[in-house]
Amino acid sequence: MDFSFSSDQLLFQDNVRSFLLNEVTPERLRELWQSDSGRCAALWGQLVELGLSAITVPEACGGMGMNELDFILLAQECGYAGLPEPLVDTMLVGVPLLAGLDAQHAPLQQRWLARIAEGRARLAVAEPGNPLVSDAHVADLLLLAHGDEVHAVERSAVSLIRNASVDPSRQLFQVQWTPSASTCVASAEQAQHLWAGAFNRGALGNAAQLLGLAKRMVDLAVDYSFERKQFGKPVGSFQAVKHLMANVAVQIEFAKGPLYRAAHAVAHNLPGQAVQVSHAKLACAEAAALAAKNAIQVHGAMGYTWEVDLQLFMKRAWALDKCWGDRGLHKARVRAALFDTGLAIGAGSTF
Amino acid sequence: MDLTYTAAQQAFRAEARAWLAANVPAQPLQSFDTELGFAQHRAWEARLNEGRWGMVTWPTELGGRGCDLIEWLIFEEEYYRAGAPARVNQNGIFLLGPTLMEYGSEAQKARFLPRMATGQDIWAQGWSEPGAGSDMAAIRSKAERVGDHYVINGQKTWSTRAVWADWVFGIFRTDPNSQRHHGLTFILLPLDTPGISVRPIPQLNGLPGFGEIFFDDVKVPVENALGGEGMGWHVAMSTAGFERGLMLRSPARFQETARRLVQLYLANREAADRDPAIAEAVMRAWLDAEAYTLATYMTASQLVKGGKIGPESSTNKIFWSELDQRMHETALSILGLRAELLPEAPAAGDVGQWLDGFLFAQAGPIYAGTNEIQRNIIAERMLGMPRA
Repeated sequence: MDFSFSSDQLLFQDNVRSFLLNEVTPERLRELWQSDSGRCAALWGQLVELGLSAITVPEACGGMGMNELDFILLAQECGYAGLPEPLVDTMLVGVPLLAGLDAQHAPLQQRWLARIAEGRARLAVAEPGNPLVSDAHVADLLLLAHGDEVHAVERSAVSLIRNASVDPSRQLFQVQWTPSASTCVASAEQAQHLWAGAFNRGALGNAAQLLGLAKRMVDLAVDYSFERKQFGKPVGSFQAVKHLMANVAVQIEFAKGPLYRAAHAVAHNLPGQAVQVSHAKLACAEAAALAAKNAIQVHGAMGYTWEVDLQLFMKRAWALDKCWGDRGLHKARVRAALFDTGLAIGAGSTF
Repeated sequence: MDLTYTAAQQAFRAEARAWLAANVPAQPLQSFDTELGFAQHRAWEARLNEGRWGMVTWPTELGGRGCDLIEWLIFEEEYYRAGAPARVNQNGIFLLGPTLMEYGSEAQKARFLPRMATGQDIWAQGWSEPGAGSDMAAIRSKAERVGDHYVINGQKTWSTRAVWADWVFGIFRTDPNSQRHHGLTFILLPLDTPGISVRPIPQLNGLPGFGEIFFDDVKVPVENALGGEGMGWHVAMSTAGFERGLMLRSPARFQETARRLVQLYLANREAADRDPAIAEAVMRAWLDAEAYTLATYMTASQLVKGGKIGPESSTNKIFWSELDQRMHETALSILGLRAELLPEAPAAGDVGQWLDGFLFAQAGPIYAGTNEIQRNIIAERMLGMPRA
């Protein structure tokens, strides 16, 4: 029993964190809001150079063959930085979905996975239940649902209608396309299985980003609580202000265990992973929601302005909260498992 | 990361489970806040010690097993799963024991630890005073050095187990000119020392779980000071404090409460579902008990690898104490009109111990540092916010 990360995993996290803090600054995020695509080929290129586009790609396809547990701390850092590029969904959802297709699609897998690892192609993947596809406009290949089926459709075969989000970093599209036998890459039970796995991995990556966002909002609010002075003191010295932040810190601390256990369960394909992912998503989403609410309060009127950087992370948290299963969906999954399946619970049943 | 138990850990669990199955009393003991119950619990401590299960993390020469913290968690899981009695000597084994191991002289360890392990000495704690609660550095009880003795005068209050315990530990002001955290000394003394009187304080359930201790020219040999004169604050607040915080409330306790809550809900589901908030609260109780368990395993894994526990551990007490309150509130909501009935009331039915647990849960956010103080600690030491 060892519920801790290896020194390699922690080192990788540190490196990615430093890179993102230096390169994905609030100024750069705001610049990207002004660009047509909201995305930056140069930034994606930097991520590729760091090897981040190859992490979960199987070694046979030129990737690093790492799993969800190896990636989870990096996903958290992507959240902390507010990275708009769809690295988390690509590595945790799109790539494993493509890699999970059966042998008859080996040529398709080989072709696309190798190009993704090398940074020569990008993926977009539909979130089950969401009519909008994120980052479809910069994708070369889209993985879409038609009923239960999985379809792989090239960008040239779809037309897109953009939908604006509260978070200007989000790029959301309705996708108009025509399913056909030639685009269908999985159907029936196999496709259901693939979408179920994709959904759990998507929710896991989403939870990790929300946890990173929660931490970022606390850090910003704590910094501000030193700067802003009232009654001759930094506002952060007042107990009422301190407790707003302490309450978020408690939620963050107790979201980590559920998140990392869920990542471990998904990586090892363990039974119970769906409930564990739902726990992770609920805990991280609640931490991020409270972080947003309390961080804006600590910022006072400044928190309500366009100028202050809190909005970059707060709006992302508000948007991601509802993706990959809203809280209602995840609560229902936990309730069903807990009350209707005779789940073994109590002391000694955690692992 | 490896979330499986080793063969040795599984064997350890099986051994603990078998011993507990054979030894846990079939009938629940009386509350240890009654004279009879106190004696029953003392006898249980002795029994545990005979099986070498009294304090599994202690070294073998002190009746322990030299277990690491993962094995301790396994033992605690089996202990609560077996419904074994509450630990009457928790002030000793969980609070003073680790402090003695860190700061005690060899003579002190030999003198106090074996008798603590067997339940021969049951310990009360003496932190708070009438004017020193959350502001513990305002301690005024004096221990004046006279030759090879201290002479203690003053008053401690909210002293847990003081009514029937044998010994008390606490911090006292040994430097009369000192202020705040300075000039305090950690002292151990027998409660039957002349000059000590204890006044029981009935708690919400009517039983005297704590009391006031009055010191009137109480003579204590200087060798009863722990960690050196003037070092009392340091000893009380030391790094061992973090581990004590970890061990004081093991997650298994809350996991078992959550399990019983799920059972209570399922047995009363139709009536409970008149308020949809109940099903959600029950679900949340289970998730939060799991989250507390996971956090504890993460901390234990760090410590086993030789890492240090960080200031984030101060989030623990808030989390478990508020979880415990919510779980008991939810149980009473499920019980509805029966919630107010004492278990022996003829119409009480399946009320079990929920009401007593509910009353005790009200103390959780208050004792061991109020949750407001804990939030200040988190804000200042973990998040680095400006001091008041």
